[in-house]
Amino acid sequence: MSQPLWEVFVRSRRGLSHTHVGSLRAPDAHMALRHARDVYTRRQEGVSIWVVPAAEVVASSPDEKDAFFDPAGDKPYRHPTFYTVPDEVQHL
Amino acid sequence: MTAVVPARTPEQEFQDRIDADDRVEPRDWMPDGYRRTLVRQIAQHAHSEIIGMQPEGNWITRAPSLRRKVILVAKVQDEAGHGLYLYGAAETLGADRDELLDMLHTGRQKYSTIFNYPTTSWADVAAIGWLVDGAAIMNQVPLTRCSYGPYARAMTRVCKEESFHQRQGFEAMMTLCHGTATQKRMAQDALDRWWWPSLMMFGPNDDASPHSAQSMAWGIKRFSNDELRQRFVDATVPQAQFLGLTVPDPDLRWDGKHWISGAIDWTEFQTVMRGDGPCNRERLRHRVAAHEDGAWVREAAAAYADKHR
Ligand SMILES: [Fe+2]
Ligand SMILES: [Fe+2]
Repeated sequence: MSQPLWEVFVRSRRGLSHTHVGSLRAPDAHMALRHARDVYTRRQEGVSIWVVPAAEVVASSPDEKDAFFDPAGDKPYRHPTFYTVPDEVQHL
Repeated sequence: MTAVVPARTPEQEFQDRIDADDRVEPRDWMPDGYRRTLVRQIAQHAHSEIIGMQPEGNWITRAPSLRRKVILVAKVQDEAGHGLYLYGAAETLGADRDELLDMLHTGRQKYSTIFNYPTTSWADVAAIGWLVDGAAIMNQVPLTRCSYGPYARAMTRVCKEESFHQRQGFEAMMTLCHGTATQKRMAQDALDRWWWPSLMMFGPNDDASPHSAQSMAWGIKRFSNDELRQRFVDATVPQAQFLGLTVPDPDLRWDGKHWISGAIDWTEFQTVMRGDGPCNRERLRHRVAAHEDGAWVREAAAAYADKHR
């Protein structure tokens, strides 16, 4: 009998977001947290852990590259480097 | 405005990505052969990590001091962790963890032949850390740049932890070499037995390694077996000299740039690979027993999870 798969996220220190570090198998959320501590934070790599059932993750697109992200591709005016400012103007 | 670009096939897009040194992620299209090769390699790697706990685990209760004991426990626990990172990476390719374990238990998938040798003295624990983990590091560092993202990331974690493994082994070796004449003899004896099997960890010579070219083209492998083996020999011979030990290779010579070792006896490797090494049966039997003995724990945890759902 296969145990459910969990995705593990670790906050490496206060002030930083949780980051995906890998996955593991565990029968329930409580055990998943315990296993995550033993597998991913044996050297104080984290101050907080999230475990999320892998089956509950909703992802953007099957091949992680399609028209979904294209609309942002032709909008350079959303970046500060798009604008020319004379050298003598400061603090911009 | 969209420029007209000739359509690329999925195969071409895949190879473009590899050639651009970009990473392949789990849900990208990939050739079946790439997926199969990776599943086989990652699974074999995962199996090696967990079987690798046995030769050293053998000495935990007999470690010569509390300091050495806590170090050894931490190292063996790390190897379990390495196995888990790697099974996780294999699962991103669609492999099933229970099935992989079953393949190991029934001998349909292999693990590194190095773990089929016995650890007959405490010096073997030192030699394993120094040589076996040392050879593993040589093999694994290039894998942190492997084209498959989850494998590369798992290897990055593994490599961070391996350097402690190698250093503790060298330190334990140094202690023996600075000890009594008997201790020094133990150290030499361990080097004598582990040297050649460690060189064999890099796999067949390049002219006898048929799958290497494809793995290189796919960005899974970055250096050839012989290149990595040479690096290991160059790094390790001076360390043996520092310890005052003799590398058990009468043909070993310095060519002005590299340490050139004598020919490897591959018939021995083949024997161990076939399953007739000193400990093949024992390792597998122990692994299967551990799995079966743990069944009631998994069943109880599942029942508890069901009850609280
Ligand atoms: Fe390891
Ligand atoms: Fe190790």
